[in-house]
Amino acid sequence: MFKWRSDDFSWVDFTIDVLRVLIVLGVVVGAWNTLSSGRISFAQWVNLFAAGLSQGSIYALIALGYTLVYGILLMINFAHGEVFMAGAFSTVFLAEALNRTGFLNEQPVLAILLMIAFAGLVSMSVAILLERIAYRPLRGSPRLVPLITAIGASFFLQYTFRGLYGSGFKAYPGVKALQGVIQIGGISIPVVQVFVFCAALLLMLCLYWLVERTRVGKAMRAVSENKEVARLMGIDIDWVIMFTFGVGGFLAGSAGVINGLFRPQGVNFYMGFIPGIKAFTAAVLGGIGNIPGAMLGGLFLGVIEAIGPNLVLAGLGIPGANQLKDVIAFTMLVLVLIFRPQGILGERLSETKA
Amino acid sequence: MGLLEVNDIHTYYGNIHALKGISFEVDSGEIIALIGSNGAGKTTTLRTISGLMEPREGQVIYDGEDISSARADTLVSRGISMVPEGRGVFAKLTVEENLDMGAYARRDSGIKDDLKGMYGLFPRLQERRRQLAGTLSGGEQQMLAIARALMAQPRLLLLDEPSMGLAPVLVDGVFDTIQRIASEGVTILLVEQNAHMALQVADRGYVLQSGEVAISDTAENLQQNETVQKTYLGID
Ligand SMILES: Nc1ncnc2c1ncn2[C@@H]1O[C@H](COP(=O)(O)OP(=O)(O)O)[C@@H](O)[C@H]1O
Ligand SMILES: [Mg+2]
Repeated sequence: MFKWRSDDFSWVDFTIDVLRVLIVLGVVVGAWNTLSSGRISFAQWVNLFAAGLSQGSIYALIALGYTLVYGILLMINFAHGEVFMAGAFSTVFLAEALNRTGFLNEQPVLAILLMIAFAGLVSMSVAILLERIAYRPLRGSPRLVPLITAIGASFFLQYTFRGLYGSGFKAYPGVKALQGVIQIGGISIPVVQVFVFCAALLLMLCLYWLVERTRVGKAMRAVSENKEVARLMGIDIDWVIMFTFGVGGFLAGSAGVINGLFRPQGVNFYMGFIPGIKAFTAAVLGGIGNIPGAMLGGLFLGVIEAIGPNLVLAGLGIPGANQLKDVIAFTMLVLVLIFRPQGILGERLSETKA
Repeated sequence: MGLLEVNDIHTYYGNIHALKGISFEVDSGEIIALIGSNGAGKTTTLRTISGLMEPREGQVIYDGEDISSARADTLVSRGISMVPEGRGVFAKLTVEENLDMGAYARRDSGIKDDLKGMYGLFPRLQERRRQLAGTLSGGEQQMLAIARALMAQPRLLLLDEPSMGLAPVLVDGVFDTIQRIASEGVTILLVEQNAHMALQVADRGYVLQSGEVAISDTAENLQQNETVQKTYLGID
């Protein structure tokens, strides 16, 4: 940092340092203006934070899929947004059926578990097929090749679902048990937000247990560290790689259901794109390949998205600050890639670790 | 009775002809040394036997079956276990998790007891069982790599330069361990640049040179052989 004072002056470093200063200045001034105006009350900040945590925990679940696959193959599965979409979209029909029979509101816990299992299995199958058909034959080829394939696979999945179900939006039915608010000391938090956060947390704990405590989890870590030695242990690495895609897919599918119950605007064939990129941002933010990093990165991004526009952008007098949510995520991605490509917790996104 | 029979194998790295027709035999219960200078083909020979590489010509016969094209991960449960060059411990797994991975291919109920046995054999590993393997010293990592390979309950143990990079005091320990393992009935194929030590523990040895077997004899005779003395034992 600030290397440009010495002999090795470079315009790139200089520009980056100027950028740093401008960003810090903008954040401080914006936050100061907002806070000193008192436009937003404490309770409102807490509400924004809670909403951010819920949205962030959905990002985290999807981000885990990117990070698991990167950890084991050093490859970014850019079709992962579509894996999420596949589970979310397919399960909307199951949700409608459960709603029609009344089961959804009579047994909400069982019904939601059933939906999560179903979505998880659909996304898992899509992820596994993707690995078998699109990525495995290309293993060992230059990195650009599976990347292009991933983009092709994304389009294929999007247009398959569009072909099957059309391009309109379909909304998940409302669940009565998730309506209403919880009052905590004068602050009211929507029940659905608590549900989203807890469900995601539970799934993440399951993942942690799987990776840290089980035989297959240890094998996943062994394969990600050294494939050749893993084979000498008797580990079928192709199977472990497939399993890893499957786990990432299951989490994405569950995220699809949780997201559907959380956000009223519904699902369609294109819904995976934005959350996919945001979850990728979250994974990079936490350090790609790093599991706790993806969880933290997701939560962090969700909170920044919820609070940032109101705190910083509105304070700088930028109109329609809340409509600029998405810009925040992409700005974060660019900033992380410029300033700290290894993310908060992780290793460098590099060509060298092979 | 021949446990392993390597029959005129040719192995390539792309176009590089690394093994140019290597043949040798290992009988049950023997310790066999493969010696040779850097680049002679010792590691490639072990990689071909363990299934990490496939010979383009020739066969590897193990326990009467042709395993030339069997994959490495299927050979572990058939009794072939390898300690790779440079040890290959999983640095980000704990010592105990490394040992668990050694037993990955097993499904029997004796794993817990074997783990205890391994800690009896290597008390240092027990002290450090919850530590990440990457934090161990070179000597401890070598013990871990050997213990991990033993967790698979091998009939044939392939060791690639177990003394590499170790202080002389530790080298003696490694060779003691090798003899102890052999006395339990495990057949050992030992690759070493440290020909002096290798020939002291081995029954027979093969000298590799540029991907071919140059000399083969009993360990005693090899120790007396003039070429071996000059080239590999540093005796004039
Ligand atoms: N990964 C590789 N790619 C290309 N050539 C290799 C590779 N590994 C080894 N070789 C070549 O194969 C030959 C045998 O190597 P190796 O079996 O590692 O010898 P040793 O273990 O006896 O030192 C050497 O000429 C070496 O250059
Ligand atoms: Mg070698």
